[in-house]
Amino acid sequence: MSTGTVVSPGGLLLDARGITKAFGGLVAVNRVDFTVPSEGIVSLIGPNGAGKTTFFNVIAGLYRPSAGRITFGGRDITGLKPHTIARLGIARTFQSIRVFANMSVLENVLIGMHGHLTADPLRIVLGSPAVAAEETQAHKEARELLIFVGLKDRDGEMAKNLAYGDQRRLEIARALAVRPRLLLLDEPAAGMNPEEARRLMEFIRRLRKELRLTVLLIEHQMRVVMGVADWVTVLDHGEKIAEGAPEEIVRNPRVVEAYLGKEALA
Amino acid sequence: MRILRRLTPYRTPVIILVLFLCFPLIDHNAGHVNAAADAAVFVLLALGLNIVVGFAGLLDLGYAAFFAIGSYTYALAASPFYGLHLPFWPMLLVAAIVAGVFGALLGAPTLRLRGDYLAIVTLGFGEIVPTVFLNLPKYTGGTNGVVGIDKPTVFGYQFGFNPTPYYYTLIVIIVLSVIGILRLRDSRLGRAWLAVREDEIAAASMGIDLTATKLLAFSFGAFFSGFGGALYVAKLGIVSPDQFNFTVSFTILAMVVLGGMGNVFGVIAGAAILYEFQTLFLNDLTQWSHSLGQSLGIRVLTTINFVDLKFLLYGLGLVLLMLLRPEGLFPERRIRAIVTETVAAEVPVVGTAAVADSHGADTTPPGAA
Repeated sequence: MSTGTVVSPGGLLLDARGITKAFGGLVAVNRVDFTVPSEGIVSLIGPNGAGKTTFFNVIAGLYRPSAGRITFGGRDITGLKPHTIARLGIARTFQSIRVFANMSVLENVLIGMHGHLTADPLRIVLGSPAVAAEETQAHKEARELLIFVGLKDRDGEMAKNLAYGDQRRLEIARALAVRPRLLLLDEPAAGMNPEEARRLMEFIRRLRKELRLTVLLIEHQMRVVMGVADWVTVLDHGEKIAEGAPEEIVRNPRVVEAYLGKEALA
Repeated sequence: MRILRRLTPYRTPVIILVLFLCFPLIDHNAGHVNAAADAAVFVLLALGLNIVVGFAGLLDLGYAAFFAIGSYTYALAASPFYGLHLPFWPMLLVAAIVAGVFGALLGAPTLRLRGDYLAIVTLGFGEIVPTVFLNLPKYTGGTNGVVGIDKPTVFGYQFGFNPTPYYYTLIVIIVLSVIGILRLRDSRLGRAWLAVREDEIAAASMGIDLTATKLLAFSFGAFFSGFGGALYVAKLGIVSPDQFNFTVSFTILAMVVLGGMGNVFGVIAGAAILYEFQTLFLNDLTQWSHSLGQSLGIRVLTTINFVDLKFLLYGLGLVLLMLLRPEGLFPERRIRAIVTETVAAEVPVVGTAAVADSHGADTTPPGAA
C-alpha cells in the first residue's frame, strides 16, 4: 500500500490550518485547525449542519477553502483537484451513498483503481498484451478487496441492486482500491442499527491494523465513535468547540450543550 | 482454435458480417450496393457519436462538424483545389486524427457544461463549422466546395464509380473500428467514461481526471467520423458545406438512439436501418403507393411522396420509440436499467428486504422503510 507520500516529522499525516469555507455570506467552516496523526483513527463529530461534510469536501478537494492551508504527508494539497488528491492517497466515502449504480460491483472497485492502472488509449486500441495483463491483475485485486469487505461472489451484480448496507461496503471497497493512506468516511453508520454500527467500528479498527490505514470519520451520533476513535474533534456552527480523547469529550460541557441545548445543563 | 474461442461471444455479429460480405455478390443492383456503402459511412459516424453520447453521456448535437472536418481534410489534400494529390490510405488516418484533434479542441470549452447547456453549445459548433467552410472560399471552395476529389487505389486497382470496392473498404474499416471501440469500452478509459456518465463527483473522488476523460471521449468520438468523412467524399468525388447541416447531426443522433445508446452493435443496426429506411424504403413506398393508388383510383395515393415526408416520419417514429421502447431497439443492459429506473422504483421494497435478509446483514435504507 505504498503511495510514495512521506510522513512529516511530527508523525502528522494530515495537517489543516485555519480552514475557512464561506458560501457567499454563510460561513460553513470558520478557521478550523485540525490534524490527523499517522495511523490514527480520528473522528469529527457535531450536530447536523455543523460543517462536518463541508470540511470533508475541502480536504478532498471538492471545495477550495476560502482561507487556510492543508498539508498531507508534508505536501501542500490546498486547492488541488479531487482526482489529484485521490491519487496522492486520500480516498473517501459519501454520506448519501454514491456508488456507480448502473455499473457492476466489480467495475465499481475497478474505478477506484483507475489512478494505478497505466494503460493509455493507444495501447488499448492496439490491444497490447501488457494492457490485458494489467486488467487481469486488476480484476484479481478487485475481487480480493470485495472479499475483504464481505462482498464475496457479488462481482457481476449491478451496484444498485445491492442492499443498503452492502452498498456501504462497496463504497468502502471502492475507496480502498484507491490505495489510500488516509480514508475519509462520511457517516458510515448512518441508517444502521446499534449492532451493525458496532460491527462497522470493529471493521474500521481492522483497517488500521491490517492495512495500516489512517481513518478520519465523520459521525453524527457521539455514541458510535466512542469505542473506535482515539481522538475526537467537535464542530458546531462551523467552529471547533472541543477536541480530545473520547472520554474527555463526553464530559465536556460545551459539547453537551451543543448537542442537547443549554437547558439540559441547567 | 484460440481465435474461434475468442469470437464465440460475438457469434451473431460475425454471422451478420459474413452476410454483409456476401451481399454485393448476391444483389447485383448497383443502386442497392451504393446505398449500402453510404449506410456504412453513417455506421462509422454513429459508432463515433456513441462514444460521446452512449459511453460518456455527453449529449452532442453538432457531431456533423467532425464529419465535415474529416471530409474536408481529405478533400483539400487530394484534389486539384490545392493541386495536392496525397495518397488515400495515409490520408484516411490523417483525416481521422485531424477530426480527433478538433474533437478535443471543440470539446474543451464545453467541459464545465452539463445536459441542456452542453447540447446547446455543441449545436452551435455544429452550425459554425460548415459556415466557416462556406465563408472561406479562398481556402475551402466556399459554396461550390471541392470537386474532383481523388479516388483511392489499392495495389494498382483504381476505385471508380462502382460502389462495391468502397463498400468492402468500409466494411473493413468498420470491423477494425468496432474492435478498437470494444477494447476501449472494456478498458480503464471505457470504465472512466461510464463512471463520469454515472456520477462526476464520485468519479473525480476516485482519481478520475474529468477533463482528460471527457476530452478523450470527444476526441475518440470525432476520430471515427474522420474515417467516415474521408471515405464518403472519396466515393462521392465532391464535398460542399451543405452536406453537413443540422439534419445530419440529428440523423446520426437518431441512429444512436434508435439502435440503443451505449450498445456498439445496436447503433450499427440503428444506423443501417435508418439509412436504408430513408433512402430505399421511402422511395419504394412512394412507388407502391402510386401504383396502388392508380389501380384503386385513389388520387391522394398517386401524388404522395414519402421521401419528402422523411422528417415527419422520423418525428413520428421517434415519438413512438420513446413511448414504446425508450431504451432503443437493442439496448445496452445499463441503459435499459437507467431508462426503466422509474418503473423499477415502484416495484416493492419487499424485494430489497428479502435480499438483505438472505445475507443476514443490513437494514433496508431509512427511506425504504
